[in-house]
Amino acid sequence: MEPFRRLDAVAVPLGEPNIDTDRIIPARFLSRLRSVDHAPFLFHDARRLPGSDDENPAFPLNRPEWRAARIVVAGRNFACGSSREAAVWALYDHGVRCAVAPSFGDIFRNNAMKNGLLPVALPAEAVADLLAQLEARPGATVSVDLPAQTVTFPDGATHGFDVDPFDKQCLLEGLDELAYTLSLTDEITAFERRMGRENAPP
Amino acid sequence: MDAEAPRTLFEKIWSRHRVKEREDGQTLLYVDRHLMHDGTAAAFDALRRRGLAPRAPERTFAVPDHYVPTDTRRVAEIADERRRGLVETLARNSAEHGIRHFGLGGPHQGIVHIIGPETGLSQPGLLMVCGDSHTSTHGALGALAFGIGSTEVTHVLATQTLWQRKPRTLRIAVDGALAEGVTAKDLILAVIARIGAAGATGHVIEYAGGAVRALSMEGRLTLCNMSIEAGGRAGMVAPDETTYSYLAGREYAPKGAEWDRALVRWRALPSDEGAAFDREVSLDAATVAPMVTWGTSPEDALPITGAVPDPDAAPDAEGRAAMARTLDYMGLLPGTALEEVAVDRVFIGSCTNSRIEDLRGAALVARGRKVAEGVRAWVVPGSEPVKRQAEAEGLHEVFRGAGFEWREPGCSMCVGTNGDIAGPGVRVASTSNRNFMGRQGPGARTHLLSPAMAAAAAVTGRLTDVRRLLAGEA
Ligand code: SF4
Repeated sequence: MEPFRRLDAVAVPLGEPNIDTDRIIPARFLSRLRSVDHAPFLFHDARRLPGSDDENPAFPLNRPEWRAARIVVAGRNFACGSSREAAVWALYDHGVRCAVAPSFGDIFRNNAMKNGLLPVALPAEAVADLLAQLEARPGATVSVDLPAQTVTFPDGATHGFDVDPFDKQCLLEGLDELAYTLSLTDEITAFERRMGRENAPP
Repeated sequence: MDAEAPRTLFEKIWSRHRVKEREDGQTLLYVDRHLMHDGTAAAFDALRRRGLAPRAPERTFAVPDHYVPTDTRRVAEIADERRRGLVETLARNSAEHGIRHFGLGGPHQGIVHIIGPETGLSQPGLLMVCGDSHTSTHGALGALAFGIGSTEVTHVLATQTLWQRKPRTLRIAVDGALAEGVTAKDLILAVIARIGAAGATGHVIEYAGGAVRALSMEGRLTLCNMSIEAGGRAGMVAPDETTYSYLAGREYAPKGAEWDRALVRWRALPSDEGAAFDREVSLDAATVAPMVTWGTSPEDALPITGAVPDPDAAPDAEGRAAMARTLDYMGLLPGTALEEVAVDRVFIGSCTNSRIEDLRGAALVARGRKVAEGVRAWVVPGSEPVKRQAEAEGLHEVFRGAGFEWREPGCSMCVGTNGDIAGPGVRVASTSNRNFMGRQGPGARTHLLSPAMAAAAAVTGRLTDVRRLLAGEA
């Protein structure tokens, strides 16, 4: 996993609530291996005009100022729904490294952390303010500082955010959780001995 | 910690599965059952690339469901190469790693969340995971069960454990009794409409109260299934006699002396008197009407007696704009009575509502009636055993006689990954769990409802209050 420390980048406003993972990546593009570039699938249907392959010019990611956005700012319950990790892969492969919203789908939040994409939850009023600034100044940049746990808006206002210390450490060091867990194999074995047949399948 | 302090069902299972707890609160949990489906090729690939093998294949169970066709049981007949490849890859990966695999055409195949409970693999007190958000379903038996992503699936395969931060707890108490024609599906839609699609984010839900106790296991499975649509990490119902009699004799349930020992453990699981929840919500079952969704989030649900809401009534500009976009996508005008909305297709199926009780409920409405002109209606049983049972009861003849198509088990139109999709603009009355934009195909319009309500929509050609049909109106 690529480490995450600081990010100064264009932020795109996607202010709707409940943007689900089906919208982020429609189901027909799932179940490809991670080695496949998932960027073309990002918001695949929303980016196109209904029933056509032509771009929908109104979709924010299609606007020239926001094409290269690496931060997504969204409404409440962003990426709710399915557990599809491909939703994170599509964002990541497009270049997105951070999502800011009042709240996230729980599974997406876990998936994002494990892929080096930082989910930042801010109070709804702060997100509304940020969305307004981004709409007013398309292409404006936002700064995210993980060590300091702050986001700086285009107007210079700085907001702190919470992050789980374990997740923070993993992100900062690009740490591989699996390698760490494998180092705890003896403890897992001891647990299995202690539990014996309890809850074991036949 | 005071060992005598009253604990919730969730806390009992959580603490029993703790392998290690770090000072920062991250907990390594042991996984009793890991269910897999045909959408998990990437997780096996990641395992292989690291040169790792599954730690406990005997605790892992696999079944193809997302990519299987509903018109044949033969893998070789899957026309689409990629879909066929995914079904074959799951079989190959399972064989290679010694994972039990319920293959297509076999007696157990079905939707992963249907067959877990049905085979007795899902049990009270277990910690279960699956790379699918509706894993919350299995909590109906008193298990702690939740969905995980692909990287986590690889982690569980390699270590049989998972890092988690302890979620908060939410108790949803439903007292009173559900009225005639009102089902567990209506109840969960009413709950989501009430607390919102993010209402339970970060929480594990325990459903309690007389109306929940009175539900059959099938109803409880439907309830827990859609916990994720309320944002919940998991949903649970404390085990009781309904649970034990459902499990007794099932293939993977404990037998003989093991059953007796298990019962002792299970009876100690329900939340203790006075156990504290982080949040509580209560609801009177008697106030719940048959529900239907009008929008593109499960929280957009109303009683069937209602009307399409007006964006002008939204509290702010953003809300108005969002609702206007939703209605535009759904092709609905504000103020239209929901019962006036005509449907093109009907889908009775999915891990939410494709169990035998669901099919019985739909058949009751379909019996002696005809699918309306121009409507295409499907019944997709959740599993081979459900299909066999329904056929033994003659339900397939009821459906066929009424003009429904009787299909083979799988996820089918719930997500459309097997190719069962609705076209752009097509309006579907669906017993599944998600009405997201494009969920049932690009541009498809989904209305979520119960199996009986879906059958009612099929025979009248529009969204219909099933209570009128049950009362004998044509
Ligand atoms: S039926 Fe639908 S929700 Fe259930 S597992 Fe299949 S795709 Fe997922």
